[in-house]
Amino acid sequence: MEDLGEIVGEFLMESHENLDQIDRDLVSLEQEPNSRDLISRIFRAIHTIKGTSGFLAFSRLEKLAHGGESLLSRLRDGVQPVTPETITVLLVTIDGVRALLSSIEEKGTEDEVDIDSILVKVNAQMNAPTAAAPAAAPAAAPAAAEAAPAPEGEAPVQLDETPKRVAPEPVAEQRQPLGQILVEAGAAQPVDVSSALQQQIEGDERKLGTILLEEGKTQPAAVSEALQAQTPKRSIADSAIRVDVDLLDTLLNMVGELVLARNQLVRGVMEIGDATLVRSAQRLGMITSELQAGIMKTRMQPIEHIWSKLPRVVRDLSNSLGKQVELVMQGKDTELDRSLLEAVKDPLTHLVRNAVDHGIEDPERRTASGKGPVGTLTLRAYHEGGHVAVEVADDGAGLDVDRIAQKAVEKGLLRPEQVPNMDKRDIMAMVFQPGFSTAAKVTNVSGRGVGMDVVKTNIENIGGAVSVDSTPGEGTVWRLTIPLTLAIIQALTVDCGDQRYVVPQVAVLELVFIDGNTTKVEYASGAPVYRLRGKLLPLVRLDRALGFEVGGDQGVYIMVLQADGRRFGLVVDRVLNTEEVVVKALNTRLKDIGLYAGATILGDGKVGLILDVSSLARRSHLAVDSERENVVANSRAAAGGGTERLLVTAVGERRVAIPLDTVTRLEEFPRDRLEHAGSREVVQYRGQILPLVRLSHLLGAYGEEIEGDTVSVVVYSEGGKSVALVVDRIVDIAENSTTARRDAEEDGLVGTAVIQQRVTELLDVRRAILAADPNFYNDTMDDMLVEA
Amino acid sequence: MASRQFATFEVAGQLFGVEVHTVQEVLSYNEYTPVPLAPAAVGGLFNLRGQVIAAVDLRVQLGLVRQALKGPVMNVILRGDGEPVSLLVDKIGEVVDLEDETFEPPPDTLSGPTRELVVGTFKLDGRLMLALDVNQAVDTYRATT
Repeated sequence: MEDLGEIVGEFLMESHENLDQIDRDLVSLEQEPNSRDLISRIFRAIHTIKGTSGFLAFSRLEKLAHGGESLLSRLRDGVQPVTPETITVLLVTIDGVRALLSSIEEKGTEDEVDIDSILVKVNAQMNAPTAAAPAAAPAAAPAAAEAAPAPEGEAPVQLDETPKRVAPEPVAEQRQPLGQILVEAGAAQPVDVSSALQQQIEGDERKLGTILLEEGKTQPAAVSEALQAQTPKRSIADSAIRVDVDLLDTLLNMVGELVLARNQLVRGVMEIGDATLVRSAQRLGMITSELQAGIMKTRMQPIEHIWSKLPRVVRDLSNSLGKQVELVMQGKDTELDRSLLEAVKDPLTHLVRNAVDHGIEDPERRTASGKGPVGTLTLRAYHEGGHVAVEVADDGAGLDVDRIAQKAVEKGLLRPEQVPNMDKRDIMAMVFQPGFSTAAKVTNVSGRGVGMDVVKTNIENIGGAVSVDSTPGEGTVWRLTIPLTLAIIQALTVDCGDQRYVVPQVAVLELVFIDGNTTKVEYASGAPVYRLRGKLLPLVRLDRALGFEVGGDQGVYIMVLQADGRRFGLVVDRVLNTEEVVVKALNTRLKDIGLYAGATILGDGKVGLILDVSSLARRSHLAVDSERENVVANSRAAAGGGTERLLVTAVGERRVAIPLDTVTRLEEFPRDRLEHAGSREVVQYRGQILPLVRLSHLLGAYGEEIEGDTVSVVVYSEGGKSVALVVDRIVDIAENSTTARRDAEEDGLVGTAVIQQRVTELLDVRRAILAADPNFYNDTMDDMLVEA
Repeated sequence: MASRQFATFEVAGQLFGVEVHTVQEVLSYNEYTPVPLAPAAVGGLFNLRGQVIAAVDLRVQLGLVRQALKGPVMNVILRGDGEPVSLLVDKIGEVVDLEDETFEPPPDTLSGPTRELVVGTFKLDGRLMLALDVNQAVDTYRATT
């Protein structure tokens, strides 16, 4: 680009933007063929390109733009109707223009791009309905001087009545009469305005507003407001300027340097202790911080920027596949840092293509399954839990979990025996494995098994995550979770111990101050809870979660947080204020801790850690608990009381039931956390050593050990002591209201029963506990005495 | 004769060096944000011109007790692999030009955590400089027992 003038560079940039807009407008035009606004807008945009290219002597570009413009003018004048074919030809024309622009940008010449075939199509389209006039073969472009607008009539495209007519400016851009504004605002009566106008006509030289005011027909405030409204608003073009991103980056770095220098200066000034100097330094500090924040914000762009190309993608693809797809976009304004936007672009486009190709069925199949023929593809972007979530949702057939499982087994990604134990979502996640595709046939769009893994890799490279969820027959939701890196979020700063932490505001529902009298923390067998409007809220102490010394329960705050659909209270020492923070990526070394979503620079220049609310909930074992609570609540609701509730677990091939009232909690431990003490297996759990007993060993059900990364255990606690029973899997919670019941002959069981149509063994809990910890019951009494 | 430039610094009285091109800058900083539950070798985080940098306590990496981080501490900021990492050291030394012939592998008697971090010994006038393996030195998940 070095030999291109500045004007050409600007022209290229501007034209690219215009083309994107034209693309969008054309797709919308197809939906509402009668919109004259749209046609005029497209016409104007093409006209601008044509005009400038003529001026810059890009004759091919001019010729092509002229062709498109001619076709458009026929649409605008109603000579021919807007049909999908016309739109296609216009889109092809736009692509041609784009190709010319790229060629100009890269090679500085437009000679190598073929435009003739496009012009033939344009001509054919113009002549199609009337079957008139010859389609002129394009002559070689005349010399640069001749390419100026004047000799345009000689351009190869025939028919040329209106090409140079610039569309009239829309009325909105002209000044509205003051009287009209006042009447519309209800600040003056139409009669008064007309009589005032009459006076003006009759020679009154006062202004309309003055007349009305002096005659007391309206209020001064209303007039000044109307005058304000009359001055044309600055259009976006006037209020925005183009800035090179490199320049922004340089500015950002320089502001960073400034911050550092400021900090040093402030320290020096503090040592000197001169009050005036200190004030100036503080002022400098504030300005610097604001400057830094401002620069950071300039890098933020709404996600609309990368969405804008998608309507075109969806249209072209659905047309070529014979599908009907409506594209819905929600949360266009969600802002992301520029660099992240770039990184998300391709994965997003891939997901959209994939959804159109595989997700949404063709109209016949949709109708057959009772859905409307038009599929809906929804793009959704929003802030969640301190991340930006971008969803691509279709209402198509959904993922076939069995097919995926089967395929995964075929490809050796899963072993057949693993499948029945796997969560549906985990199976679906197999589609992100390299080389995995369930598409029955390979299309030019997808089915070759490249793509989903690339999506995953790309998103993970920027520290994000991809997940998929699907309901058969109802559709699939692909969700990209993009980290906060560089994003600016609203956050609350809190104190814990002598450190300051940052909690994303989106996760915060409310704050409660615990004074220890009217509001207080209570304990349910050691687990802290708070009664929030009559309901128990499980609490997590931040100091405990971070491994600090645990403080008192008085004069602290509870932040009621919501993450992953679960609600819990986070106990912190102090809540300071809410502020906008710029999220920085955490060093990769520290990501593994999992407790932090990122870091930020606090107002004083220090680094503050941003807490990852959902992982905090998980780490504090809330997730498992609340799941259990849900299950329990459901089963309670399902059956009418009186019967014994059982937790049904799988141990090898057998089903073993444990009375639910002896279950304190359900846990999953990573396998590598299991340790040995003597001949026993133990695990460290909440500061205790928790003995484990494997039910498979106890019951003599030696089978193949399931090799997961985690083990499921049922924790039983009494009087401050706990044991854990290791099972292969938690199956369900069931009511034991059956009659078929036999006493057990085997050791460790109290009997067998038929539960949910299957023979289930009832565990002798006491015996199992003694197997884990022979002294379990002996010391209990003493402990309780001590506690009492 | 080939020679290399080393940036030198001291930890617990021992002179260490890293090749100059691995160093982004050297500066003293005095406010570090501790990272609870992080590996012990992570001294804290600090703000380098708007960028969050993790400081690795070289003392911990060498099997010594961690720095108190009260008052200014010298940082040797290494370019790292895409993201800068800082090494907390006691004192910054000079940049020295070293001939390859003054290099020797680490002595056999050198053992413990230090041995894993050191690629070789340079014989300077009057004292020895241990050349650090930069990647090992900033690897906070290295077992330091």
